Amino acid sequence: MNKYYHSVQLDADRCCGCTNCLKRCPTEAIRVHDGKAKILSERCIDCGECIRICPHHAKKANSNKLEEIIQYKYTVAIPAPALFGQFNNLESIDFVLTGLKQLGFDDVFEVSRAAELVSEATRKLIKENKLKKPIISSACPAVVRLIKIRFPELCDNVMPLLAPIEVAARVARRRAMEKTGLSREQIGIFFISPCPAKVTEIHAPNSTEKSEVDAAIAISKIYPELTQVMDHLREVEPLGQSGLMGIGWATSGGEAAAMLGDKYLAADGIENVIRVLEELEDEHIRGVDFIELNACSGGCVGGVLNVENAYVAQARIQTLRKFLPVSLNHMEDGDLERMLWENELNYDADIFRLDKDIAKAMNMMSEMEEILEGLPHLDCGSCGAPTCRALAEDIVRGKAKETDCIFKLREKIQNVYDQLKGTI
Amino acid sequence: MSNAIHLHYEVSGEDFTRAGEASGAVKKRLKSLGYSPDAIRRVAIAMYEAEINMVIHAEGGFCDVDIYPDRVEVLLSDRGPGIPDVEKAMQEGYSTAPANVRSLGFGAGMGLPNIKKYSDEMRIDTTIGVGTKLYLTVRVNQ
Repeated sequence: MNKYYHSVQLDADRCCGCTNCLKRCPTEAIRVHDGKAKILSERCIDCGECIRICPHHAKKANSNKLEEIIQYKYTVAIPAPALFGQFNNLESIDFVLTGLKQLGFDDVFEVSRAAELVSEATRKLIKENKLKKPIISSACPAVVRLIKIRFPELCDNVMPLLAPIEVAARVARRRAMEKTGLSREQIGIFFISPCPAKVTEIHAPNSTEKSEVDAAIAISKIYPELTQVMDHLREVEPLGQSGLMGIGWATSGGEAAAMLGDKYLAADGIENVIRVLEELEDEHIRGVDFIELNACSGGCVGGVLNVENAYVAQARIQTLRKFLPVSLNHMEDGDLERMLWENELNYDADIFRLDKDIAKAMNMMSEMEEILEGLPHLDCGSCGAPTCRALAEDIVRGKAKETDCIFKLREKIQNVYDQLKGTI
Repeated sequence: MSNAIHLHYEVSGEDFTRAGEASGAVKKRLKSLGYSPDAIRRVAIAMYEAEINMVIHAEGGFCDVDIYPDRVEVLLSDRGPGIPDVEKAMQEGYSTAPANVRSLGFGAGMGLPNIKKYSDEMRIDTTIGVGTKLYLTVRVNQ
């Protein structure tokens, strides 16, 4: 699979070349050249902030279509718990799960069920004291990618457990194979996704060679059809088997609370996440065993592929959790081993490094500081880079020129004019 | 070596919340240079502790950083009150930080011991009533 596959894509026709996304991107992965935004593939973590901010809707997230279920003999929908927060007056998640079956899926398996297994596995690993503390949750793929390209020292702190989606897909496929006798290729596992980062994760996973999820459909894409069938359900099947713990993963703090300890921290929103990672890197955060980080404000309900306001969804999730048993899913022998990452998380040093040769990198940096001195320090973005520093870096990397800066250009034109004036 | 990168920062003594800006900026540059994660961490922590010290005890000062391919040299200079007993200040847990700073989680008496622990070389020149110069070097382990 493509190393730099991304769900987040640009719709060039809609892009007017403004600086909104440029300024918002947390990894400085966007440049505007020739009047169009361009995503630097290797730096993008698919957080979706550019989709959120773009006033022209020129950033979009690729995901699969519902019609693709016909490619499989048997299909299972695995909805993210955030989906349950999208509906008004929802009495139980059974309405949503029955609705998904009405849309054509043969079966459903909530990701929140797998989340309860991941929580149990995490508690066990913490108790056994086998992991480097503080343990950073690996559930948000945008956060994992961010650590991989920006926080070398923290790669070892990332919890080496598969995210609930992947665990859900594996359990769902195994169950479907047992139930139907079909081969694995004949079964389609469809994730209903709240964000592009999770869509990317199934195509280019961090934790494993190949994801067990076959396709991901955006919540916003399936929502219109789903609400329609949900309005006309004749019978509601008792399908839901999640406890309040699993459903709680939809919102920030839910995963951390499921640790059943008090030495945890939960941060949400990409800027806050970066601040926490910076402080962790400098060892300023002490006395904490577990750290939950969500790239989106509010947690997964804040993902850009949802339809409802994150905080409204959060309130609904609270209501849904009321009167549910704490947890309905428990590990069996061998489950923990099956949930461990197959790949190690390695720092990708090439992304922000100026050059492999440190002497050359130092020359580039000296040059960069010098160029930066001459720039206006306005960080206006008119040159197409997010900051003056980023432009200086692009110049030494040979990807931009000084006169891309409109102030520099004006200076140059003035000089030419003055010279010409002198000759007349 | 001629091609060291020199960086100069003013550490403000007025705003406690701004302490750590210089170490953060240096950390970002070391990552761009491809410095080893271990060395980056040691530089960042040692510098941060030293910055905090300058803010707590000396109303700020200056921070000069020289980056070489194999090492980072940092000089932190202030015009503070000076350190009366350096040996005592180097002891773990010894602190003269005021209560308001301690309530923020600082002033645990680990500043200088941590700087020593994370750097490869450290030297303090201090004169009562004149100020303190702290030199530290972190080498990249080959």
